[in-house]
Formats: sequence, C-alpha cells, structure tokens
Amino acid sequence: MNISDILILGPEILLIIYALMSILFASFFKHESSNHFIFNSTILMFLISALIIYLTPLEGESNIESIFIRDSFSKFFQVLILLSVSCLLFMSKKYLKKNDLFKFEYPILILFSTLGMMIMISSKNFLLLYLGLEIQSLSLYVISSFRRENLKSTEAGLKYFILGSLSSGLMLFGISLIYGSTGSINFELISSLITSKGFYPGIIAGLVFLISGFAFKASAVPFHMWTPDVYEGSPTPVTAFFATVPKIAAVAVLLRVLFDCFGPLLESWQQVIILISVLSMLLGSIAAIGQDNIKRLMAYSSIGHIGFVLIGIASGTDKGLSAVLIYIVLYVIMNIGVFVFILNMERNGVAVTSINSLNMYNEVSKGQTLFLTILLFSLAGIPPLAGFFGKFFIFNAAINAGLSWLAIIGGISSVIAAFYYLRIVYLMYFGMVSDPLNGKMPTSHWLILSGSAILMLIGIINLYGLEGPSFIVAKSLLN
Amino acid sequence: MDYLLSLVIFFPSFGAIILGIFLRGENIESNKNAKLLSLVTTFATFIFSLFVIYNFNSDESGFQLVEEYEWLMGLTYKVGIDGISLPLVILTTITMPIVIISSWKIENKVKEYMICFLLLETLILGVFCSLDIVLFYLFFESGLIPMFLIIGIWGGNNRIYAAFKFFLYTLLGSILMLFAIIYMWTVSGTTDVPSLMSFNFNSSGFSLFGYSIKGGIQSLLWVAFFVSFAVKLPMWPFHTWLPDAHVQAPTGGSVVLAAILLKMGGYGFLRFSLPMFPDASILFQNFIFVISIIGIIYTSLVAMMQTDIKKLIAYSSVAHMGFVTLGIFSMNQQGIDGAIFQMISHGIISAALFLLVGVVYDRMHTREIKFYGGLVSRMPNYALFFIFFTMANVGLPGTSGFVGEFLALLGAFQVNKLASIIACFGIVLSACYALWLSRTVIFGTITNSRLLKITDLDGREKLFFFPLIVLTLVLGVLPFLILEISSNSVGLLVSNFVGNTE
Repeated sequence: MNISDILILGPEILLIIYALMSILFASFFKHESSNHFIFNSTILMFLISALIIYLTPLEGESNIESIFIRDSFSKFFQVLILLSVSCLLFMSKKYLKKNDLFKFEYPILILFSTLGMMIMISSKNFLLLYLGLEIQSLSLYVISSFRRENLKSTEAGLKYFILGSLSSGLMLFGISLIYGSTGSINFELISSLITSKGFYPGIIAGLVFLISGFAFKASAVPFHMWTPDVYEGSPTPVTAFFATVPKIAAVAVLLRVLFDCFGPLLESWQQVIILISVLSMLLGSIAAIGQDNIKRLMAYSSIGHIGFVLIGIASGTDKGLSAVLIYIVLYVIMNIGVFVFILNMERNGVAVTSINSLNMYNEVSKGQTLFLTILLFSLAGIPPLAGFFGKFFIFNAAINAGLSWLAIIGGISSVIAAFYYLRIVYLMYFGMVSDPLNGKMPTSHWLILSGSAILMLIGIINLYGLEGPSFIVAKSLLN
Repeated sequence: MDYLLSLVIFFPSFGAIILGIFLRGENIESNKNAKLLSLVTTFATFIFSLFVIYNFNSDESGFQLVEEYEWLMGLTYKVGIDGISLPLVILTTITMPIVIISSWKIENKVKEYMICFLLLETLILGVFCSLDIVLFYLFFESGLIPMFLIIGIWGGNNRIYAAFKFFLYTLLGSILMLFAIIYMWTVSGTTDVPSLMSFNFNSSGFSLFGYSIKGGIQSLLWVAFFVSFAVKLPMWPFHTWLPDAHVQAPTGGSVVLAAILLKMGGYGFLRFSLPMFPDASILFQNFIFVISIIGIIYTSLVAMMQTDIKKLIAYSSVAHMGFVTLGIFSMNQQGIDGAIFQMISHGIISAALFLLVGVVYDRMHTREIKFYGGLVSRMPNYALFFIFFTMANVGLPGTSGFVGEFLALLGAFQVNKLASIIACFGIVLSACYALWLSRTVIFGTITNSRLLKITDLDGREKLFFFPLIVLTLVLGVLPFLILEISSNSVGLLVSNFVGNTE
C-alpha cells in the first residue's frame, strides 16, 4: 500500500478526523454557539468532501481496488448523498432549536451514518460493506430516538433497532452462506466464480437473505413494517433524513451487490426483485390513502417509490439502471422540498403533522401552497413535471426489457397513489376553513421549497443534463 | 416565421408567467389587470394563429410549419400542423378570449383563475400541434392539472367529487396509452408521428391465455389508445365523468371542456388510431358504430330526463360526439370531413350553450329547469340567442350543426346503412329535448316571482355571443371555409388508409 492508495480514501479520512475532533471540541466548549459552529462546519465538511469526490479522477489503479473503489457509480451516489445530507442538515436547524434538540451530537451522528453509507457504496467486498452498513445503522438507531424524553421517539428508536439488527443478522447469515459456497468475500471473485462454475444452492440462499436485508434498509414490502412507525415517531428532521439519504444508500448498495457480484445470476434474483417491487408499489399506494398523519403518508409514499425504483433494477439493463439513477435524484429533490414544508407545519409554535390542519392553507400562504402543489403533482408523476419523467424512464426500461405487465401494475398503482397526493392539494385549495396553521417559514427554507418546485418544472427542458451521466454510470456498473 | 407555431403554443403561458410573477395584491384594480392582461394575451394568440392560417398552404396535404429540436433520450420537440389540426387550433384560439370575457364577473382568486386558463390554452394547443408522440402525451396529460384546479376551486357545491372523478378517470384512461406509446417506441425505434404513420405494426393474430387475438399487437395498441380517447371524447359508456365535471365546473371551465378538451379525443382517433393501426381500426369499425349509436340514442334519451340545464347540455354533448366517432370510423372522405366539421361546430355551439346557462346562473344561482319559465318576456335578446343556439344544436340547416352531422351520416351511410339510419333518429331525439328545454325555459308565462327582476343581456354578454353567432351562421352557409383546409389532409389520410389495409 502506498500513498496514492490512501489518497483515494481521502474524503472518508477527512470526515473521520473531523468527526473525532469535533467530539473533542464539543466536550470542552459546551456552549450554544459551539453547537452552531459544529453544525455549520459539518455542512462545510460535507460540501468539501463532495467537491473532492467530484474532482477525483477515475483512472489510476490502486492496490486496494479489490476492497474499496471510487468508480463513477460510487462517485455519483456519494456526491448525491453528501449534497442532500448537507441540505437536510441545514434545514433541520430551526426545528431542532425550537424543540430543544439543538445538540452537537446530532450533526456528528448524521456524519457518522453518512460516512457509513459512503463506505458501503464504495466497497467491493462483503466485509467492508457490512462494516459500512453497521456504522450507518448504529447512528441511525440513535438519531431516531433523539428526542429521548418522548415516548414515541424512543419507541421508534427501539423498533428500528430490533428490526434493524434482525435484518443485519439476516444479511450476515447470507454473507456467510455465500462465503461458505464460494470461499470468497470479494465481489469480482464471486462473480467470476459464478460465471465459470455455475451456481451453488448456497449462493442462491445467501442471495435471498442478502436481498431481504437490503429490502429492509430500503423499506420495501414485506420488510417495510418499521417505516411508518419510525417516520412518525422520529423528530421531523430525522424523518426527512430517513426518507432520503439512507434510501439512496440502500438502493446504491443493492445495485452494487446485484450487478457487480451477482450479475451472472440476473434471472434468479430478478424474480425476487419483481415480487418485492409489485408488493411495494401496491402497498405504498393503497395503504397511504387512509393516513391522516403527513409523516406516515410520506412513509407509505416512499415505500411506493422504492417499488418503482425496483422495477428499474429488475429490468437489469443499462436503460433500467440509468432510469433508477434519474428516479432517485428526482425522488430526493422532491422529498427535500416536501419535508422542508413539513418542518414548518406548526400552529402557535407547536409542530403539527395532521393533514387536515392543511385545510385552506392557500389562505395562509399562496406561494408555499403553489410550490407544495407542484411537488405533490410531481410525486404523483403527472406531466409536465419532472416526476413524470422519472416514471416514464422506468416504464420505458421495463417495457424494453419485456416486463410490460410490471409496468402496467406500476401505472395502475401510480393512479391510485395520485389520489392521496391530490387529497392534500384538495385540502389546501378547496377545503373548509378551520384552525389555520401559522408557522413562519424562514427565507432559507422558502428558497429550498421554491427551488425544488422550480427544479421540477424546468426538468422538462432536459432533466438537468442528467441523462448522459446516468448512462455512463449505468454502463460502468454493468461492465 | 420559423418559430410561429411555438409562439402560438407558448404565448399564453408566457402571459401566465407574467401574471404569476409580477401581479401583486388582491384588490379590484389588480383583478382587473389580471383579466385585461389575460384577455390581451389570448387575443394576441388569436392574432398569431391568423398568421398561421396565412402561412398555411391548403393545397399541401402533409405537415407544415414544422419545427424540430432535440430533446431528452432521442425524443424530439417537434410541432407542425396539417389540415386536421389547423381548424382545431383556430377553434382553441377563438374560444379562449371568449372564455376570458365570460369570466369577467369572477371575483374569487382571479389571478389564479386566469393563470390556469392561460396554461390550459398552451397545453391544448400543444396537443393539437405536437408531432412527437411522447410530446403529445405530455401535453395531453398535463391539461389535467389546470382543469382539476379549475373545477375544484371555482366549481359548484359538489366540486370535490367531480374534480377527483375527472382527474382519476382520465388519468387511468391515458396511462394505458402511455404504455402503448412506449411499446410503439420500442418496436419502431422512433417517436416521430409521420414516421410512425408509415410504420407497419404487426397485425397477425396470436393467442393469449387461450384466447386468440385478431389483429394481434395492433389490436392491443388500438385498444389502449381507444380507452384513453374514448374517456376524453367521451364515448358511451366512458362518459360518466362528463356530466359531473360539467355541472360542477364554473362557466368558463365548462366552455373549455365542451368546446376544446373533448375534441382532443376525436383528434387523437384521427391522428393516431386510424393512420397507425389501420387493420385494427377496420376490425373495430362495427364495434365503434355500435357504441356510437348507443351513445347517440341513449344519451339523448337521458338528456330528456334531466332537471339541470347544464347536465342536459352535457348529455347532448356526448350524443353529438357520437356523430364524430361515427364519421371518423366510416373512414372515407365525407365521414372524416364531417367529423372534423362537427367537432368545430359543436365547439362553437356548445360553448355558446354553456355561456347561455352561465348567464342565467350568474343572475339566479340555479340551473334547475323548473325554476325558469317565461324568460322571453323579461329577456328578449337572451331568448333569441337561446333559441338560435338550441336550433343550431339540433342541426337546423343553415347553421353549422347541420353540415357536420349530415356529412358524418353520409359517410357512415356508405359503409353501414343500418347504423346511419338509426343514428338519424338521434337528430329527432335531440330536437325533442332541445325544443322541450326552450319551451320550458324561454316560453310560457313567468310563474316564479323571483324571475320578475331578471335583467336581459348586457353589452359584455352580447359581445361574446356575437362572434359565436357569426361563426355558426357563416360556417352553416359556407362550410367550405373549413372543408377546404381539411380536405387535402383527410384525402391523404384516407388514401394511406386504403393503401395500408390492402
């Protein structure tokens, strides 16, 4: 191992050193202003490492490539994660301050989980992948119960912890089965072994366990049970975080394992993914109809969206993969927009999550209502908003891969899902006047909300030029 | 003049953006500014569309004024018009200023109302002009959002049910079309409408789950398009959303819905179903005839039993759209010419009828037929217009309603005599409900004391009826004004059709 190998790990090392130093710093300076400082510098660190990753050249063989790789696939997802996490951290300040949760542990825990995700995405080896996953999960368990004195928050944390460790156990069991059958934990070795020798039953069993574990992390049906409760119980900034960043990581790592390691077994895992996808889409669209809590509703909405992403994965082609990448980017932008709105839903200083409290919100703020409406229509996938293109690319990939019936199920469930997004629009514009919300939205939040809505509108022009890069990334993963 | 068509399409939304960004406050002045600006915008769009006619060469049968640019993933932004779409474009640009004038009395959220209508105009024009099938779908589907808001915000008492029904019904209808479009793209490798028209989709039968499917993949694609267009048009039995939407929508919304939005279905049949799936169209010809006839007779009978004026007109719209499908699927020059003419004429007449309902609704806030009676003694001008347009709706010779129905029936007669004969009874039935309606509402003596204070049409109201009356009469006497534009393109459509099915 020489110095260039270490340089590849630069951003991760930077983040670790920063995290440790800021813990040290915070334990000496226990002042509100030092919390501010840590928040801001963490955001800055995220942005710096995103920049470093973005600028890292692709070429340059290194000795640790069999363990850790910075290819265009991991670069794409890591930059996406770092950007969205810095946006989310910035958004959550106001809510945390209001609810007496403004502590230095919050950014540091977020930072550790982000670090875990980055390692996960870059790993080429099951052991490192598992380590990254656990760094991420452990931090997430703590963050979800960040409001310690609140019953629901601790319940959410406990529930997430118990189910999460079960899924980690499943995954570890799957990895050991695969290791037992192939004698390796390296993705490329396993892949070439499968190509040359065909598959063993042990690999298939291990694969199923692995997919179950990832499905849990991505909250796909039938491993979704924790999602609504954890979304509801966690403090809203944490929910916003759960809805976006770990989802990106889970999808990325699922892609990495399925295509890098089990690419030759496409036909075997395709059926599993299709099943999960159908169930997620249907449950996500039907179960959300009866929800009154907007956080629970967004939980079911995210389950449904994961179902759509899985269609793209199931198609197994470069078209499908690039559709997945585009879908994820759009999903993250839309969710950040919606959650910045939810963060500001309050009446007389108390946070409210009931959908009915949005009655005639149009009277309270026209701008916010308009932007949220755009985002909701985009989530529902109605053209000309960018959300439609996400679905369009996915359907296109599915039909190209001969999975028309899967696309049709997706279409039907997106019509059902349109109902509950429309319900919010209907309440905001034509509900009855009741006790209105009166939270003030800070300008910065307003800018994020309007920015994400406007991005949805101008996506029609060329989808921010995402199409080309996403194809390159998809191709790099498939080869 | 390279960008003329794009200018026409996007000018209204340009006005909407200006309204949205620069108009502040909600008082009488700003409301008036909003109305004026949108009137100017729609009127300017109308003027631009006259340039389109000027630049249009009716001797050519192909697409003209074509603009093409690269877009996402090999799709193109391609717009152009031919003789089939031009009349509908003009219908749209004429109707919109009238809609804006008719909405002058709106006081609730004027700015948003105007923005919705301006955006809607862009989307509708986009539907008629786009020559890329995905672009078409985009415009076709996007119209749902403003229409949902128009019905939902400014509608009547039961508007929420109507808005949801409208939205989900049409969304479900068109999602199948999306899959068909993607499939066609996969098979043919292009989304360009002219190239798709010359592409031959496989029509050899195959069996699915033990059922043999005649016409093979072409039939399936045809059905997917049919469902979406039949919902939009609407055809019996997919029409149930229409009366609800009409009754609850504000007057302006009803006018746009009846005059323009419904025509997107008919246009879709002409632009996609016939040229792209000729074999399947032949297979389904009798099926279309049967449901068209059921639609004509059944909805006319239903119209007779209505107690709400708007609902009656809504059902009569469904019946008239039956003539359109009859004409289109007779697949000959007269039939298709007639269908296009009928679409334009129905656009004008139904717009006028809904405006007439709006006039009394604004004054009395009810649309119950029983409530009215003897309006002729209080509102002589109104009575004159009402009788004129109900007669035009029946299809009295001399009005535009006659030409379209006659040509459509003539076309159908050459293909299927029985269908055409039964459909003729539809005209009689339409006379029944129209005469009954005008007798109850207009004639007789005033029995309702609240009607004693009702006032006749004012200048603004006469202003928006005037062009409609002129158009109805002029097109009724000089039908070649439209037929000359459309006949060459229709001729090409028919000859291609005959060539493809042989």
